[in-house]
Amino acid sequence: MSIIETNKLNLWYGTFQALIDVNLAVAQNKITALIGPSGCGKSTLLRVFNRMNDLIEGVRLAGSVKVRGAEILGDGTDLIALRKKVGMVFQRPNPFPLSIYENVVYALRIHGIRDKQKLDAAAEKALSSVLLWDELKDNLGANALTLSLEQQQRLCIARLLAVTPEVVLMDEPCSTLDPLATMRIEELMIELKKRYSIVIVTHNMQQAARISDDCGYMLLGELVELGETKRIFTAPRDQRTEDYITGRFG
Amino acid sequence: MKDGREHFHQELHKLNDLILKMGAMVEKAIYNSVDALKKNNPKIAGEVIAADDQVDQLELTVDDLCLELLATQQPMAVDLRFITTGMRIGSDLERIGDLAVDIAQRAVELSTQPLLKPLEDIPKMAELAEKMVHKALDSFVKRDAALARSLWADEEKADGYRDLVTDELTAIIARDASTTARALPLILIARHLERIADHATNIAEDVVYMAEGKVIKHGPRQV
Repeated sequence: MSIIETNKLNLWYGTFQALIDVNLAVAQNKITALIGPSGCGKSTLLRVFNRMNDLIEGVRLAGSVKVRGAEILGDGTDLIALRKKVGMVFQRPNPFPLSIYENVVYALRIHGIRDKQKLDAAAEKALSSVLLWDELKDNLGANALTLSLEQQQRLCIARLLAVTPEVVLMDEPCSTLDPLATMRIEELMIELKKRYSIVIVTHNMQQAARISDDCGYMLLGELVELGETKRIFTAPRDQRTEDYITGRFG
Repeated sequence: MKDGREHFHQELHKLNDLILKMGAMVEKAIYNSVDALKKNNPKIAGEVIAADDQVDQLELTVDDLCLELLATQQPMAVDLRFITTGMRIGSDLERIGDLAVDIAQRAVELSTQPLLKPLEDIPKMAELAEKMVHKALDSFVKRDAALARSLWADEEKADGYRDLVTDELTAIIARDASTTARALPLILIARHLERIADHATNIAEDVVYMAEGKVIKHGPRQV
């Protein structure tokens, strides 16, 4: 079952068309990876899913994007509710300059939760989900910026999970991490897909191959091919995908 | 220490289990094909022939999983050797399954007439071939190169049995050419069993490569 579906999605930055007729389906409880060369539109596409592009001036969209069957491109869309449902993890970990605890419960407070017991329980649950609880439970008052990069990234994921999203968008979540930290975040993503649907944008084609269930190749704003990762990396249907994954691109 | 690539390693366990399942099926096929011959029972032979489809399907499944892991998981060192070896073992086991079918077909041919002579060496040879397949797979599971190397002596024994059976039956044909139709299938069965022993030896050679990273094919063997 698809949790996100786009139909003939087009996006322009001013006069530049960044997405061209993108038809994509994101399956529930799977990891969908978007790969492609720089500037192909993969991060732009990711940002459409929680309307992050609204913050950029001159952006124009046409077509349809549905999350759980509900159109999200219309003016009437409740963006706060949408971003609660479809959260995002960024390239560089971006914890707030607050304590570990306050980072995790921040969004819950925004959403009006004041009950300390509820906040504590949510913090423990979210930190446990990203395997940080045992490490940090005795040090929740420490400033989040004192954590290692990997811990910061895990914390940012926990902060997102605290508001119980359905979809987690990840934009190059491991690009600032060393190989071992990357491996651990990858394992975490595979664990998380049991409860969430994940869309990841990555320059690291091997990472897409390792962890994703479905993989889409984008080029010059087009979604050239989307399919089961195993098939994409063993028998892609489009010559352009084949050229890219075998290094014959450009 | 926590396994850093737990999900990938679970897939390797899956590959291991698929190969063992395939191994158990072909061991049964060898046993039943010769049992069909011993009991002059074409029904048992027919079952061996019918069951081979499952072995073929398993080979495709093994291939598919190995390709997927190679394409997506960037396996290194022992994991890489395990997957490439797994692919080759899958292919050897599939051939062993085919050879058991060949024996079963010969058993069907022979079932319409009395046996030329009581079976002596062929059942012993079948037992040896089956034991070799079992031992080769055991060495695969245990990553045991020494156990794999113990198959070299078994292979020579299998060759010896084949020569014995062939010489004996050729002599019978030479004395009385009318026995050819009943002797030739038995010579072929000995040949099939010897080929099964060869495939088991191939598996053992692959296990040595997997366990030690040494290629020993086509070279002098050290026991």
